Amino acid sequence: MVPGAFNYYRPDTVDDVIGLLGEWGDDARVIAGGHSLIPVMKQRLSDISHLIDLGGVEALKGIIIDGGTVTIGAMTTQHELITNDALASAAPIIREASLQIADPQVRYLGTIGGNVANGDPANDMPGLMQTLGATYHLAGPNGGRTVAARDFYEAAYFTAREDDEILTAVSFAATSGGYAYEKQKRKIGDYATAAAGVLLTMHGGSCSAASVALTNLSDTPVYCTDAVDILVGSSVDDEAVAAAVKAAVDVSDPVADTRGPVDFKKYVAGVIVKKAIESARSRA
Amino acid sequence: MEKMHVKMNVNGKEVDLLTEPRTLLIHALREELGITGPHVGCSSSHCGACTVDMNGMSVKSCTVFAAQANGAEITTIEGLGSPDALHVLQEMFKEHHGLQCGYCTPGMITRAYRLLQENPNPTEEEVRFGIAGNLCRCTGYQNIVKAILEAAAKMNEIKESA
Repeated sequence: MVPGAFNYYRPDTVDDVIGLLGEWGDDARVIAGGHSLIPVMKQRLSDISHLIDLGGVEALKGIIIDGGTVTIGAMTTQHELITNDALASAAPIIREASLQIADPQVRYLGTIGGNVANGDPANDMPGLMQTLGATYHLAGPNGGRTVAARDFYEAAYFTAREDDEILTAVSFAATSGGYAYEKQKRKIGDYATAAAGVLLTMHGGSCSAASVALTNLSDTPVYCTDAVDILVGSSVDDEAVAAAVKAAVDVSDPVADTRGPVDFKKYVAGVIVKKAIESARSRA
Repeated sequence: MEKMHVKMNVNGKEVDLLTEPRTLLIHALREELGITGPHVGCSSSHCGACTVDMNGMSVKSCTVFAAQANGAEITTIEGLGSPDALHVLQEMFKEHHGLQCGYCTPGMITRAYRLLQENPNPTEEEVRFGIAGNLCRCTGYQNIVKAILEAAAKMNEIKESA
C-alpha cells in the first residue's frame, strides 16, 4: 500500500506552518506522528497534495510543569509522556492512560497533539483531556486562542479547530487525589471497546471533587456531568458508585461495530466506569 | 511532485537517496538500498515485521515516510549482527528456538534490542509488554520471551566482565 503523491514540507516554526496552510488550504494537511494519518493515506481515503511535517518545529515539543499548571507541547510523544517522571508526579493518570495506547513502536512516534486534534472518538487522549478539564491551545493566521477540551469536539473528526489552525499545546492543572484510566480492548494495539478516566478527591470521608469521562462510547468523548454530581458530596460508597455508573452509561451513545453490539458496549462501559471509580477511590 | 534528497545513516553508513516524498521508509530500505532484513508483513502498522531502530526508537517503517527519516540514524537487523558474528540476541533466538518460519524475527530482534537498551534487566512481564507490537504466528512467543531474557542475562554478564 502506497499513498498518492504529495509535496512535502518540513518548516521550523509555527508561523511557517500557518503560512503553508494558508497557501494550500484544503489540499494541505499537517502530519505529527503519522500513525493515524499515514494508514488513511495508504488506503487512499484522504486526498492530500501538500503534507506539512511538524517534526521540525521545536516549539511544539516538551513538557513544562510550572507551579500547578502542566503544559504539554503538541509534538510530545506518548513515549515521552510515559517516561517523564515529573509528569508522572504532577498527573499520574497521563502515564496510566498512555501505557494503554497502541503498542511500543506506535508510542515512540504517536503524539498527544495528533491524538487529541484528529477528532477520532476512538483515541484515548480526548477522553483523558475531558477528565482533566484541559485547555487546548490553537495557533492560526490571526494569532493564538484557547478552547476548553470539553467544548472542542463536535462530532467524529469535527472539532472547534479551523482548517487554517493547528493545535500547539494542551494544558491542565496538576492533579491530586485518586485517579484511574481503565480501558477494555480486544488485544494490544486495539482501540477501546470502552474506556473511562476518573479523578477523585476525598476530604474527611466525603468526595470534594470528581471528574468522569468516557472514550469511544459516542461520536465524541463524553464528560459525565451527572455522574460527577452524584459522586461529589457522597462518601463514594457502593450506592453512590452504582448511581454514578448508571448516570455515565446513560449518557453513552455507542454504535455497533466489530467490537460488539450496542447493548454489549453499554454493559462493558458500566464495568469499566465502575472499575475506574473504585480504582480512583482506592488511591484517593 | 518533485523528488527529494533523503540523507540517512543506515547501519553506520551515510546514504543519500533521491526519492518521492511518498516513499515509505520500509520501501526505501528494501527496494532502494537493498536492505531486506526488515520485512513487509501487514503494511498497516500492526505486525511489527518492518521494525527498525530510528534515532534510538523502535519504529514500524511501513508507517514512516522516508522523508520523515531525513537526517536520522537507522539500525536494521543487518546492523546488529552478521552471519559470522551474531548479536547475542540472534544467538539466543537460535539456541532457544525463538523462531520457526523466521518472518517476524528481524523485527522482533530489532525491537528486543531497543527494549534491552532501555531496560537491561526486564521481568518476563516487561518483555511481553515490550514486544507487544510484534506479532509471531508460529512460536506462541514462549521461546521468544525465553531468548530475550537469556540475552539480557548474557549481555549483563559481558558488561560486568568488561
